[in-house]
Amino acid sequence: MSAQLQVNAPAPISSERTESAAFVRIESVTKKFGDFAAVDAVSLDIQQGEIFCLLGGSGSGKTTLLRMLAGFETPTAGKIYIDGQDMSTIPPYERRINMMFQSYALFPHMTVEKNVAFGLEQEKLGKAEIRARVAEILEIVKMTSFMARKPHQLSGGQRQRVALARALVKRPKLLLLDEPLAALDRKLREHTQFELINIQKRLGVTFIVVTHDQEEAMTLSSRMGVMNHGKIAQVGTPAAIYESPATKFVADFIGSVNMFEGRVVVPGTGRIESDELGCTVVVDRKLNCTSGSTVWTAVRPEKINMSRSLEDATGARENVVRGTVKEIAYMGDVSIYLVQIDSGKTVRVTLPNIMRDAEHRITRDETVYLSWHGSSPVVLTE
Amino acid sequence: MSSRGVFSRTALVFGLIFLYVPILSMIVFSFNNSRLVTVWDAAHSPTLKWYGELLSNGQILGAAWLSIRIALVAATGAVILGTLTGVALARFGPFRGRTLLSGMTTAPIVMPEVITGLSLLLMFVALEQLIGWPKGSGALTITLSHITFCMAYVTVVVQSRLVGFDESLEEAAMDLGARPATVFFRVTLPLIVPAILSGWLLAFTLSWDDLVITQFVAGPGSSTLPMVIFSKVRLGVSPDVNALATIMVLLVTTGIITSAVWMRYQNRRRERDEQLAAAANL
Amino acid sequence: MGKFDNRAGRRLVAGIPLFWLLLFFLIPFIIVLKISFSEVRLAMPPFAPLFQWVHGWPTPKLHLGNYGFLFTDPLYISSYLYSIKVAAVSTLCCLLIGYPMAYAIAHASPTWRTVLLMMIVLPFWTSFLLRVYAWIGLLKNNGVINNVLMYFGIIHEPLSMLQSDFAVYIGIVYSYLPFMILPLYANLEKHDNTLLEAAADLGATPMTGFFRITLPQSIAGIIAGSLLVFIPAVGEYVVPSLLGRTDQLMIGRVLSDEFFENRDWPVASAVAILILLALVIPIMMFQHFQRRELEAQE
Repeated sequence: MSAQLQVNAPAPISSERTESAAFVRIESVTKKFGDFAAVDAVSLDIQQGEIFCLLGGSGSGKTTLLRMLAGFETPTAGKIYIDGQDMSTIPPYERRINMMFQSYALFPHMTVEKNVAFGLEQEKLGKAEIRARVAEILEIVKMTSFMARKPHQLSGGQRQRVALARALVKRPKLLLLDEPLAALDRKLREHTQFELINIQKRLGVTFIVVTHDQEEAMTLSSRMGVMNHGKIAQVGTPAAIYESPATKFVADFIGSVNMFEGRVVVPGTGRIESDELGCTVVVDRKLNCTSGSTVWTAVRPEKINMSRSLEDATGARENVVRGTVKEIAYMGDVSIYLVQIDSGKTVRVTLPNIMRDAEHRITRDETVYLSWHGSSPVVLTE
Repeated sequence: MSSRGVFSRTALVFGLIFLYVPILSMIVFSFNNSRLVTVWDAAHSPTLKWYGELLSNGQILGAAWLSIRIALVAATGAVILGTLTGVALARFGPFRGRTLLSGMTTAPIVMPEVITGLSLLLMFVALEQLIGWPKGSGALTITLSHITFCMAYVTVVVQSRLVGFDESLEEAAMDLGARPATVFFRVTLPLIVPAILSGWLLAFTLSWDDLVITQFVAGPGSSTLPMVIFSKVRLGVSPDVNALATIMVLLVTTGIITSAVWMRYQNRRRERDEQLAAAANL
Repeated sequence: MGKFDNRAGRRLVAGIPLFWLLLFFLIPFIIVLKISFSEVRLAMPPFAPLFQWVHGWPTPKLHLGNYGFLFTDPLYISSYLYSIKVAAVSTLCCLLIGYPMAYAIAHASPTWRTVLLMMIVLPFWTSFLLRVYAWIGLLKNNGVINNVLMYFGIIHEPLSMLQSDFAVYIGIVYSYLPFMILPLYANLEKHDNTLLEAAADLGATPMTGFFRITLPQSIAGIIAGSLLVFIPAVGEYVVPSLLGRTDQLMIGRVLSDEFFENRDWPVASAVAILILLALVIPIMMFQHFQRRELEAQE
């Protein structure tokens, strides 16, 4: 059901293994609250040992989907299989799945040690074994010295690690993480991202992470699913989703993008006429749709070349437009230029600031030529 | 300070005077040497004789003992039922009978007591005719009635505590393998203990204090303390009632101040812990 | 949501209090309603059964005489109206006194706030009956207030304040003031102070700021507090019994007298039903607010 028209797009990496290998299998699951479908006929396979991110805005249904995996909500329709077992009738406390809550949900009346031991106590393990396993997991998350503290005596980052330890100590086959890093400040978040990946590799647990933060999803995940209005818009590796978005929504949701409406002229040579752009776009591949059909050409801002003269532009007549720089936002590593092209539309261009001095940089109100390589645009039909 | 601030502060001061003058006057006159309760007897020194009279009044002591026993049982019953109701209303989401249950818990709080009292008595009479229980009016019917109107208050206290804390705590416990009963006893209950305690104290006070409903459902020979006081003060002021009031005010004030100081100490310690934790973030 | 998946357990937790309240709260009202349509008789219980067996079927025999009696005897109508008047005036007084007090507490420093709130709540924990009783000592002819006024030569004859409307207002306002202040405080305390700053910045005087910003936002608190005072005050029994007039009874007293003195259970029940009719809308409003208040926290 991919709406993308690239024939020679890179094959999605390892997304379709044999069906029996799927560790978590979500089969056309729907969850309705009253008349509102929070999750709408979602099907998804997740492999063992992956870090799978569910990315979406608020109200996209990602958290509801996660809560159904944990067993806090029952699907209105559809089935969830984990390791081949139908989960429909299994209450949360009998699932070998653990969850790390967005609020961490540490029990405020128990010490760190008691919090972590809670899950093991439910398994009726011996005291000595509980103590050993609690010590082991606290060692892994580097919280051993805080064992006797209560949650309110910990910092945000420490609480997050206790929550992780508490969820992992039961050695679950699957760990669900609800916005695991949202409560941390920026510096700590970056550091913790890599720590999470390390722990996941070391223990070999499958992670399903829900997040609204695309950077977080990109860094963490081996594969991710973008959700919108209760449906999965696209599944793939972070690179596949960024470079080859399947729909206008995905292209727009992940990173920023320039989108131009146009008409296919010659499908075989990838030729598109766009009034919105005021030039002809030629992509370096065949388009498998009829001539005359409406398509959208999406180009990422960093894939556009900007020059003062037409000679410096990459193409000759195709894939080149003229415009005037209207705004410049200096971001340090890069600068963002808003260029008004002759057709009147504004195009966003990102250029790295290679030179320290500002002398050679393009300034406001300069006339510029924007051009791009035939491989850069993605052509979308929906 | 704006004029608004001055006005409201003045109102506050006068309001507090209004609230406390009657109580203070009772305390002062409980030490008055004269039998003319409201005229200070300056000729004689203050006295404790009304306290002595009070403590040798068998009727009052007996009624107080009955009131205490009823209040203990009623508060405990109200806490059990009120906690169940609070948990159901705050945690079960929509269920059949929810509106009915929440309606029936808030209504008794504002219901005029004469109506509650009358309806309870008529129900007890009907029940006795029907199944021969409860046999006549007395401590049992008083206790049942007190449980009914006190549980509403406990429900409100417990429910607002429950909606105040994160439901994901209970989900986390369940996620870690705890069955519903374990979740309740190891997570929910410890967290609402403060609400349960204050609910119990509130219920105890309400039961101890209730006159109107009790008058309807009390039988001969089961006079509670408020009933005895009421029949006494209807005949006019009496100095030993002042003494009784003073004792009660003293007990309540010490209790409330102690708990306030203790809570303040707890909060301070907590704040300090949190600051230390935040400082250790790096 | 789906917290206790254990259906049977959930049913038990909600079912026990539901059963209790049905038995001790709802059914009693139905019985009151039933008896209000019965005829009084000299027996135990002192009323005739409502259902009689006619041709083997239970047939209700509605006796409307109790209500007719209430509407024709001016004693009932006047005490009914008097009670509503007393409750309304007392509620208004509570609001006028309580609002500035709640406002001052909400604007005090955190430490003072706790202390002041404690001072408001403390009388509530001490006996209601004794607090009303204290006013007898203050308001009597040879009571504290008269003695003080005469001592300073402000008056020469004692004012007769006890057993008057004034005394009843004082008693009700005094007993119910905390019920007005607490919801008002809870509301005012949540107000965002920057709104007033923004209003001042836009040129509003403190007066305008109060009437255009603070007051409209505190409507919910005003309604909650007023209902908490008005509804129980209509049926108030203790205050008028101890401080009130003897020539004009309040309806709660009438109900109690019908029941205890006249042993006319059907008329007492009819009075109860009439009080409830006057209060059914305020009570439903109160429940609505209560529910909204509790659910707003979620």
